[in-house]
Amino acid sequence: MTNEAIPNLTAFDEAALDHAFAALEQQAAADAATLDSPEAIEAFRLRWLGRKQGRLNEVSARWLKAAPPEAKKALGQRFNAFKAIVEGLLEQAAGSGPSDAALAAEAIDITLPGTRRLTGAEHPITRTMNEIVQVFAALGYSVGVGPEVESDYYNFESMNFPPGHPARDTQDTLVVAGQERRPQRDRLLLRTHTSPVQMRTMEQQPPPVRIVIPGKVHRNDAADATHSPIFHQVEGLCVDTNITFSDLKGTLDHAMKALFGSSVKTRFFPSFFPFTEPSADVQISCIFCGGKGCRKCKQSGWIELLGCGMVDPAVFAFAQEKQPAYDPKRISGFAFGMGVERIAMMKYGVSEIGQFFAGDMRFLGQFV
Amino acid sequence: MRILTKWLRSFLPALAVDDAQLAEDLTLRGIAVEGIYDLGPGNGSLYEMDITTNRVDAMNHYGVAREAAAIYGVPLQPLDVALPEAQKAKAPFSVRIEAEDACGRFTARVLRGISIGDSRDWFPGAEVATYFNLLEQKFISNAVDATNFAWLAMGQPTHAFDLDKIEGGIVVRRARKGERLKTLDGMDRVLDPNDLVVADHAKALALAGVMGGWDSMITPETKNVLVEAAWFDPMAVRQTARRHGLHTDASHRFERGADFNAAPVASALVSRILLANGGTIEGELVDARIAALEQRTASRRPVALALGEVQRILGQTVDEEGITAAIVENVLTALGCGLASQQAGQPTGEDAEWLVALPSWRLDLEREIDLIEEVARVYGYNRFANTLPAYGAGVTALPWADHEAAVRGTLLAAGFHEAISSTFCSAAEAAGTAPQPAQVVPLGNPLSEEAGVLRPSLVAGMLGMIAGNLHRDVSDARLFELGTVFSGTTEKVVERPAVSFGAVGALPEQGALHPGRAIEFHDVKGVVEQVLARVQAAAAYFDHFSPEAGITPAWLHPYRSARVVVEGITVGWFGQLHPREAAARKIKEPVLVGELYLDRLYKLPLRRPAAREISRFQPVRRDFSLVLDRGIPWEAIDRALAELQLPELVEWRVREVFRDARLGEREYSLLLGATFQAPDRTLREEELQEYQARVAAAVGKAGARLRTQAQTQSQSALY
Repeated sequence: MTNEAIPNLTAFDEAALDHAFAALEQQAAADAATLDSPEAIEAFRLRWLGRKQGRLNEVSARWLKAAPPEAKKALGQRFNAFKAIVEGLLEQAAGSGPSDAALAAEAIDITLPGTRRLTGAEHPITRTMNEIVQVFAALGYSVGVGPEVESDYYNFESMNFPPGHPARDTQDTLVVAGQERRPQRDRLLLRTHTSPVQMRTMEQQPPPVRIVIPGKVHRNDAADATHSPIFHQVEGLCVDTNITFSDLKGTLDHAMKALFGSSVKTRFFPSFFPFTEPSADVQISCIFCGGKGCRKCKQSGWIELLGCGMVDPAVFAFAQEKQPAYDPKRISGFAFGMGVERIAMMKYGVSEIGQFFAGDMRFLGQFV
Repeated sequence: MRILTKWLRSFLPALAVDDAQLAEDLTLRGIAVEGIYDLGPGNGSLYEMDITTNRVDAMNHYGVAREAAAIYGVPLQPLDVALPEAQKAKAPFSVRIEAEDACGRFTARVLRGISIGDSRDWFPGAEVATYFNLLEQKFISNAVDATNFAWLAMGQPTHAFDLDKIEGGIVVRRARKGERLKTLDGMDRVLDPNDLVVADHAKALALAGVMGGWDSMITPETKNVLVEAAWFDPMAVRQTARRHGLHTDASHRFERGADFNAAPVASALVSRILLANGGTIEGELVDARIAALEQRTASRRPVALALGEVQRILGQTVDEEGITAAIVENVLTALGCGLASQQAGQPTGEDAEWLVALPSWRLDLEREIDLIEEVARVYGYNRFANTLPAYGAGVTALPWADHEAAVRGTLLAAGFHEAISSTFCSAAEAAGTAPQPAQVVPLGNPLSEEAGVLRPSLVAGMLGMIAGNLHRDVSDARLFELGTVFSGTTEKVVERPAVSFGAVGALPEQGALHPGRAIEFHDVKGVVEQVLARVQAAAAYFDHFSPEAGITPAWLHPYRSARVVVEGITVGWFGQLHPREAAARKIKEPVLVGELYLDRLYKLPLRRPAAREISRFQPVRRDFSLVLDRGIPWEAIDRALAELQLPELVEWRVREVFRDARLGEREYSLLLGATFQAPDRTLREEELQEYQARVAAAVGKAGARLRTQAQTQSQSALY
């Protein structure tokens, strides 16, 4: 800390002033370098800038007063410059806070893992279902839902599966107890597909209809890696005047591109569903190999993803019982359906369908 | 089903494409080739087919060949079934159809002097040995192989009887009560009076359309043969086959509709092969037919088809020309339809209309739309353009979509993973968790006993998932499930939305430096409060009941659980799992579990965020150290402060609750933090003094006493 008194100046030429102020600057800089506590900083301020005993005050008193008039201007400029330097030093010292040594004592191991709160993860099935629903919402589709326990009429008969039809065999059905004595159409069962909501919707509203139907469905299937008695579907239904097979193709081609990327190609080939005619299965070009052929697509370059078709006039005939506007000669429509688990398994690389329903934290936590 | 391309090509001499291209083109037209196997030079390929059940007509070589002919527009060779001259019979063989509802046609041909032996390639069009070897089809005898050959060639089931075992003649009838038949599989069967049988004048010979009989089968000693080729009703065959647990090639075909007109052709093919090893035909083919069934199959009324309708349903093609009258005519003609134009003038114009005669082998074709599908299918689905329909009406979401998203979002943000569990549970689990145990709905054919009923609550599934995690050594679990719960009767099932949640383990879930603490009741209560805060409810509170009241669900700890009440209605329960239930699931850790009945919450409007002016003036916090009797809950203090209705008392909360040894067992301490603030001014000391006094008086009235200043200060040093 500088204790030297401010010397008296005898010469006021440029060189003498430069020399005198340079000495002061050196002193102030040396002082400032030792400042390591708030108290020291305050002492520095008082020593240099104090109103009464501050060294700058003293400089002003001794030098300015002694200076001849012609030197006063140059001296004043140098004085102001020096004052700015001192103030700068003070500011710097005050802003720099505690010393490095003080901070070093507070060191922590930043390589220890961060403390984490659980972030909840939406279920991959919910997530996939919402993605599909949103793609169709953008195309003007509202959401429709219906009960999981359905009557034979809505699940089968009105979807053009007549009683005793072989197509019923392909959907092994879980039934509610005690239905044997009831009329066939009233018998309660766990819906095997979300298609009954098609009929429920048409009964409620005349055309036009554009709905997607996400939901849980059940079949009396033995569980294995890719089959579960519980699974989810998203179905869609579009009915209006002038809805064509090429509209069905364009809609699903667009939807698959929106879901899986714009480079995905679709191809349609004939299939059979009792409630659509013409019926089609839709394949998309393999999202893993881009169509070159890999294990996932069994070297075919294609993955089968959904079923669809033009609504069968027989289905419209059932709807006409409550809504005469569903005249198959005046309106037409298409329907499509896809398994959500299958799409989620593909998108997220899930190998066992059972994992979706086990509530395993380790599995679910991956979908945050 | 397996198909030989060598055999296919024998029907399609003009076919120019290779086997791979043929497979691709068939697949894209719904005649799916799942696998192609090269059979070596000169042998072509073997196709593994997967054909949908409605196209039973294409489940044979001639049927697939017909499809190829339609696709490529090449001629299809007719089957060569010319037979040698028959010898005169003394009297025609007797065939009588009694079951006129179930048997539409029965043809019988008598062959005498037959030699039973091995099969070989008999004549062009009957390469039995070659084709059977390539197909790895089992050889039995020339007679049985002949019927199998006809089956593989054209999909018509036939049967060869040992004629000398038939007494009198053939009768197609329903079985008699208690009648017995030993079938070809060696089973002795007692027949049902609804079973359709082929019988002679004394006994049943075969289950019609399903399986032949043991006693009349062809043996090496057989000399005389009766060849049967018939048409049976789908439903009659299906029911007979089901009753006997049988599914045969023949029943498969008849159940899905056989070709009424195929019987004489198939009979001739079988006979010709048999005769190639010697023997003669006796008499003409006996052909019994039931007119009513013929009307329904082979002689159906023609279907009207309009080009405009084809275009209305199918829309645009990639090729700008679209679907033309010529395309419709070519496709349908190739498939065996007969088209008669309905116009005098321009038969191929835009307004073309036809009457279409339907082929007898395509019982799946009945309506105009079926014909439109055929046009689209054979033309090629992928040759249609990708167009989009005009935009329809506006999009509406489900009325509860926002509510569901709010509940899901709150639980996700609270660190709970979403789970989905089984829709079913055991009857015992249902009895323990159902809000109304008398309304549990059982299944008629459950997957297992553990899944015997529709879940009346999501709690059983939640506990199963929590236990599953603990048993897998995952010690921190937080799960919720949004799902449907079921109640009612087997006549009427009611479905309601619910949410369950379960939590076990430590908070924070993962930390290196600070010891975690076990998650407890109030952690979960906070989550429930956050969920409730998403709806606008005038009054929401929690309460609990003594065990004697019998109101608290059995799965909850009676003293660490609460009922959730919103606007006077119970909307759920939560708390610590009853230790008895935990022990039953081998769980040692305290588990927190609960369920909210969302149908009740969804009736309330969602809370809409609204901004309030935030005061610019300094808030002042004052702490009050209270001593309370153990019987006085926080709620009493809370209510007293609320009833003060002091606008400047902007917030109050419990800062700490603790036991103090100096107070003894009967009392506890509670540190209350109160914040005072005014929207329009800085509070003056006098005002603060007054408010403090009012707070002290209010809590005093609620039963709390203030500790002395000295005590307060010594305590506050703890914080």
